[in-house]
Amino acid sequence: MAFEIGNPGLATTVQDQGRTGHYNVGIPQSGSMDQYSAELGNALVGNTAREAVLECTYLGPVLTTDSDAVIAVTGAPVDVKVNGESRPQWTRLLLKAGDQLSFGVIQGGTRYYIAVQGGIDVPEVLGSRSTYSLGAIGGFKGRKLEAGDVIPVGAPLNDGKLPPADSVPEEFRPVFAKEQQVRIVLGLYDHRLTDEGLGNLLNEEWKVTPVADRMGLRYSGPGVKWKEREQPFGAGSDPSNIVDAGYAVGSIQIPGGTQPIILHRDAVSGGGYAMVGTVISADMDLVARAAPGTATTFQAVSLEDALEARRDLAEHRNKAWSELGASR
Amino acid sequence: MTSPSTAAVQQARYTWGGDEFLFVEVAEAMSLAANFKVMSLASKLSDAGIAGVVDICPANASLLVRFDPAVLAPSALEETIRSFEQDLGNEEEQTLDTRIVEVPVWYDDPFTAEVAERFREGFHQEPGGTDIDYAAKVNNLKDAAEFIQRHHEQPWLVSMVGFVAGLPFMFQLVEQDKQLEVPKYLSPRTDTPKLTVGHGGCFGCIYSVRGAGGYQMFGVAAAPIFDPAQALEDFKDFMVFFRPGDIVKFKPVTEAEYNAIQAEISAGTFRYRQAPVTFELSKALADPEGYNRQLMEALNGI
Repeated sequence: MAFEIGNPGLATTVQDQGRTGHYNVGIPQSGSMDQYSAELGNALVGNTAREAVLECTYLGPVLTTDSDAVIAVTGAPVDVKVNGESRPQWTRLLLKAGDQLSFGVIQGGTRYYIAVQGGIDVPEVLGSRSTYSLGAIGGFKGRKLEAGDVIPVGAPLNDGKLPPADSVPEEFRPVFAKEQQVRIVLGLYDHRLTDEGLGNLLNEEWKVTPVADRMGLRYSGPGVKWKEREQPFGAGSDPSNIVDAGYAVGSIQIPGGTQPIILHRDAVSGGGYAMVGTVISADMDLVARAAPGTATTFQAVSLEDALEARRDLAEHRNKAWSELGASR
Repeated sequence: MTSPSTAAVQQARYTWGGDEFLFVEVAEAMSLAANFKVMSLASKLSDAGIAGVVDICPANASLLVRFDPAVLAPSALEETIRSFEQDLGNEEEQTLDTRIVEVPVWYDDPFTAEVAERFREGFHQEPGGTDIDYAAKVNNLKDAAEFIQRHHEQPWLVSMVGFVAGLPFMFQLVEQDKQLEVPKYLSPRTDTPKLTVGHGGCFGCIYSVRGAGGYQMFGVAAAPIFDPAQALEDFKDFMVFFRPGDIVKFKPVTEAEYNAIQAEISAGTFRYRQAPVTFELSKALADPEGYNRQLMEALNGI
């Protein structure tokens, strides 16, 4: 079976849990920006967490299914329409052959996910179906969807067995707020900031700018100050420059001391800007949900706190799966 | 150039990139010795096959390691790499089994010239001139021809692969006072032709894909270095050609030679000229140009 794409939307791509192991040659992990939302979509339609979904950015696609299909739309709040009639989000929906799925205006956040029973069935590249557009690999022909594309859907898993619950309870749906507190572990090159610069980073409010995509999000705010120094050989002339190094996913760089950039799942793997800290893994989905204008504060936490938050998130996620009666 | 005994013994700095990354800064400044230490640490870590190590990313003077903290405790990873660092300090000879590759380049080509023309005022230090002329000037060289000569006559070490898929950063194997240094564009371009041979700071690079970039542009490499379709023989095993530690010898080609290579690529017959070599750090540091001659001999008769 397959989905035929009428209108592709703004930037609709095939994503899954991503590919690791190739960051050393500049191939980023990719994968759904909001992993939590994407995988609960999979849970609703009887998939494991591994199946590929469609990630929709702000403006979703118009698509028609050529067979009966079991789907769910999760993630950022949006009007879901089947043949023009509203349907609930975070809930399993049954489509008939020929049904048309479309979307209204997004009401918060950035991305929502279409999960389908059997998963989006594009070939795996380096162990993942995720699209990496810049390298033109993975996903559907290595690119975002276009009108007229016919996107293959896989066969149902577990003989088509669906979980007993058909809707994610409210307490397991993420909040898509206009304010965020993002936890970071300071480190990498934070010692190169002045005390005032570090103070600005942690105590002032920063706003997500429109320059935000799968590669990273840029924030505006009061700026920071870098300590002056004689630059090491090969590092470049600005005090925010370092000898080109690997970039941690989630790391925060502040080129020229003006606008912090958080690198996300399609991160460039390295470069010559000093990083001052890294978003903890448990808050990466939160950052992915930040729309332009989101007021953000950065809270420094210890590595131990970050590890604990990671365990808490895993526990919360596993509880959501078991609440649905689904197996991850 | 600094002797290995002073450059290599400096203790690395260990710091966390959140709960999934360990960053090991071997040195703040770029040097062959620092890069060699990074590659040695990376290969020891890779050989150890430790469960929970997800990505091992050697860079110019630092190593980035991604790990799964549910499988491997951060402190255990740090202790392991620290012990490797200690072992390295006790080793007499530092060698790297690698290869030397000849990369044909059309210097001063029309593709980069066309793009450069679109990004002058507000982007470039000398909007009225070309990137190569500017590079020659800031390196106190006579003209573009001398710069091109200096660029290809001595080989380069791939000190890092990344930024985007398959892009090699390269460090020329010459003494520090002979390194070509050129500032990046004042503001990054939104376009760079695929396979542009670029330069920023002391690093050369080849842009693997078309896109944004801030390095000065001197030419285009004639053959692919990133091939997701894996059509050519050199990409049969993997879509990315370069590995950290590769040694690159640029070879200037004419327009006619460039076109002949394009025909070979279309026919699927193109192969890079390459030969295995063992790179010895102490020899490279003691007599860079003499040792380079020896390395380049490996390409003869292939």
